[in-house]
Amino acid sequence: MARVEAEIGKQQSAVMKWIDDRFPWTETMKYHITEYYASKNFNFWYVFGVLAMVVLVIQLVSGIFLTMNYKPAAVEAFASVEYIMRDVEWGWLIRYMHSTGASFFFIVVYLHMFRAMLYGSYKKPRELIWIIGMLIFFVLMAEAFAGYLLPWGQMSYWGAQVIISLFGAIPGVGEALVEIIRGDYSISDITLNRFFALHVIALPLALVALVFVHIVALHEVGSNNPDGVEIKNYKGADGVPLDGVAFHPYHTSKDLVAIVIFLIIFSCVVFFAPEMGGYFLEHANFEPANVLATPEHIAPVWYFTPFYAILRAVPDKLWGAAMMGGAVLLPVFLPWLDRSRVKSIRYRGWIYKSTLTCFTISFVMLGWLGTMPADGPYVLATRFCTAIYFAFFLLMPYYTTVDKTKPVPERVIYNG
Amino acid sequence: MSEDDVDHIDRSRRHFLTVATVVTGVAGAGLATIPFLASLKPSARAQALGAPVEVSIGSMQPGEMVRVMWRGKLVFILRRTEEMLSRLSANLDQLRDPKSEIVEQQPDYAANDTRSVNPEFLVVVGSCTHLGCAPLEDFEVRPSDNWNGGFFCPCHGSKFDLAGRVYKGVPAPLNLQVPPHRFVRDNLLLIGLDSGAA
Amino acid sequence: MDKPLKFAGCIAFFACLITTLGFAAGDDVELKKANIDPGDIPSLQRGARNFMNYCSGCHSAQYVRFNTIGKHLELSEEQLVNNLMFNAEKSFDTMHAAMPVADAERWFGTPPPDMSLVARANGADYVYNFLKSFYVDAESPTGVDNIVMPGASMPHVLWELQGYQKAIFSEQTETDESGNTTTTYHFEHFEQITAGLMNEKEYDEFVRDTVNFLAYIAEPIRGERRKIGGWVIAYLFVFLIIAIMLKKEIWKDVRRSD
Repeated sequence: MARVEAEIGKQQSAVMKWIDDRFPWTETMKYHITEYYASKNFNFWYVFGVLAMVVLVIQLVSGIFLTMNYKPAAVEAFASVEYIMRDVEWGWLIRYMHSTGASFFFIVVYLHMFRAMLYGSYKKPRELIWIIGMLIFFVLMAEAFAGYLLPWGQMSYWGAQVIISLFGAIPGVGEALVEIIRGDYSISDITLNRFFALHVIALPLALVALVFVHIVALHEVGSNNPDGVEIKNYKGADGVPLDGVAFHPYHTSKDLVAIVIFLIIFSCVVFFAPEMGGYFLEHANFEPANVLATPEHIAPVWYFTPFYAILRAVPDKLWGAAMMGGAVLLPVFLPWLDRSRVKSIRYRGWIYKSTLTCFTISFVMLGWLGTMPADGPYVLATRFCTAIYFAFFLLMPYYTTVDKTKPVPERVIYNG
Repeated sequence: MSEDDVDHIDRSRRHFLTVATVVTGVAGAGLATIPFLASLKPSARAQALGAPVEVSIGSMQPGEMVRVMWRGKLVFILRRTEEMLSRLSANLDQLRDPKSEIVEQQPDYAANDTRSVNPEFLVVVGSCTHLGCAPLEDFEVRPSDNWNGGFFCPCHGSKFDLAGRVYKGVPAPLNLQVPPHRFVRDNLLLIGLDSGAA
Repeated sequence: MDKPLKFAGCIAFFACLITTLGFAAGDDVELKKANIDPGDIPSLQRGARNFMNYCSGCHSAQYVRFNTIGKHLELSEEQLVNNLMFNAEKSFDTMHAAMPVADAERWFGTPPPDMSLVARANGADYVYNFLKSFYVDAESPTGVDNIVMPGASMPHVLWELQGYQKAIFSEQTETDESGNTTTTYHFEHFEQITAGLMNEKEYDEFVRDTVNFLAYIAEPIRGERRKIGGWVIAYLFVFLIIAIMLKKEIWKDVRRSD
């Protein structure tokens, strides 16, 4: 038995040598997985990167199978979605996975970004990781926007109509730009076809490439941690950070638990509440697009509503669009707006803790306000929350400088 | 982590749990592929469109041929005359598979001398077994050409007799295929199903 | 383990909150709950019958196949053919309307909408209230109007069953500073004028059965998806326990910080 095992072992290493002579397999596995060291004190906020990758895979696989049956033509699109839901075996499950996955992508990504704000993960030397991440966020928004047009429901059509016409606000090139985006004089079959091409190929390729680059950049400097302490400062005699544990098997086993919990929540939605009260699958979208009938309330899907609220807060078309654009772009500059010498919120003073809390509450409020009609008391509330949103970023250089921080430990705090 | 800090690692427990996790995970992943693979099967719409086709044959004259579509394929229904039937055994030595021994080309009930359920009616898929062109009717007897009537494929010259059997010396390798079919009533032919309810 | 649990709890809480948010029908109309039971097969069967008898003349359900209905409503092929398939030949056919679309458009101004998804687009409660809210209106071309969808082109198809009712409105007159008066009308309640073949309770059940059927055809797979979901989540919980045990075992290696 031992001889057989030894023989198999010898063959395996012979095969591995053949591969390694021609491809950096073993060294890649070591560099990125078995000898990549990340801090042992990761908490629940550190789970969302891996979950984002899981959702990406879910979307890619379910998307491929949807594309096998979906028809990207205005006269056929809506019916093809019902065909998938009713006639294609298990089509209903593939569709619900994709629609639920879209919403969960944003839940996970927003929480992933929030982690960076909690622990200063965008600060030096991780600014580039943050910038690439923001690019991923922009591509993701475009991907979701293009995808939402495809079912060609009432909300698909009219939501696209509203958002695309925003570009018309840009002085000079605005109208021409809108026509180029649409490919036609109004949103039509032509628009649908090109949004299909963007959603199915162009943007997913960009997304996958950016995620790859995001991880390469991360591995170059190493992960941050909840204490904001650089674990590479204290290494053992073997060169391994004293506070680090190998990604595999430690973080892989921990992430597996998180993935299973995530799949449980995901499955609860897919199998028991795929519409999520009209937030994940909007009711108006169960009606085919009707060019002649505008729905009463046009609102984008929930994950865009914070920015939509900011757009509507300003009564001027151009300035509203500019504010919305500004709101989306401003987080890119966090590495330079944040002047604190301390990374993690655990060691920041009360000022940052309060502003981050206010910002978070405002962001959620803006999200809710974006689903409400733009009148009455909602207007004032939206303007107030918009002010807080912008103040959080624009005043940050000041308040992060004066904030009284606590001493940061040299080593990570881990209590098992 | 110094040597004396390390508690005794229960290797067998660790191994067991790893195997348990991998097995459960792989099982789940395997089950998860089922919906995706099953979605590749013909959908309800495909099954509806590919459903058996009913053809009313009551008004067909002897010697008349009717063409119908079934599952995207052309099907010939030929009502053979007595005379046509008598010619069926004339050229057996010139045919590749005169006894219809290649089972894929016809159901059991058509593996006979007339390649049909009811000798009067030939039901074959109108697709040449060479490369799929639709053969033309050529029922006229031409002794000068040694032609006893049958089908002629214009693409590469393959020839079939009045029972759809392929001649030797032509590119087509097999007899014309007989689809599953049955006679619901004397004047109603059902193509696509040979047992069970219509 | 504490934080992930708290997080899952938050998600679950929000999920419950969100699913109570529903549909809106106009600004003023209060929608009574339809209280349909998707698992009540006899009700669905009656609803299917009602739909074919009273609705399918004008309304199609173009995405719904008869054999799907047969499968979920436990109807044999023969029962389908004899009782439901008025304008269909094969059980795999979809539900067409009897009325040609061009004629429908000429007669009603707009073709009667397809019913496949109406319960999902507007909500079962909306359809339930709609079918009970026709009232006599002498100025309307159909002789009726509807509280839930004012200006509806649909006639009161179920008049024989419900009879006719009139709507009682309360008036509210407001005068602003410049002396202009505006009168708004608020719907108060209905008053029966002529009796139908059914009493109120019978008609209510009739409508509820029909709405139950409409909710079913909007998503025929609903029952099955919940059943499968139970198994998927049960499996995931088993997997979760094993994964947690593995994680704890592996992390025994990792010592506390000094």
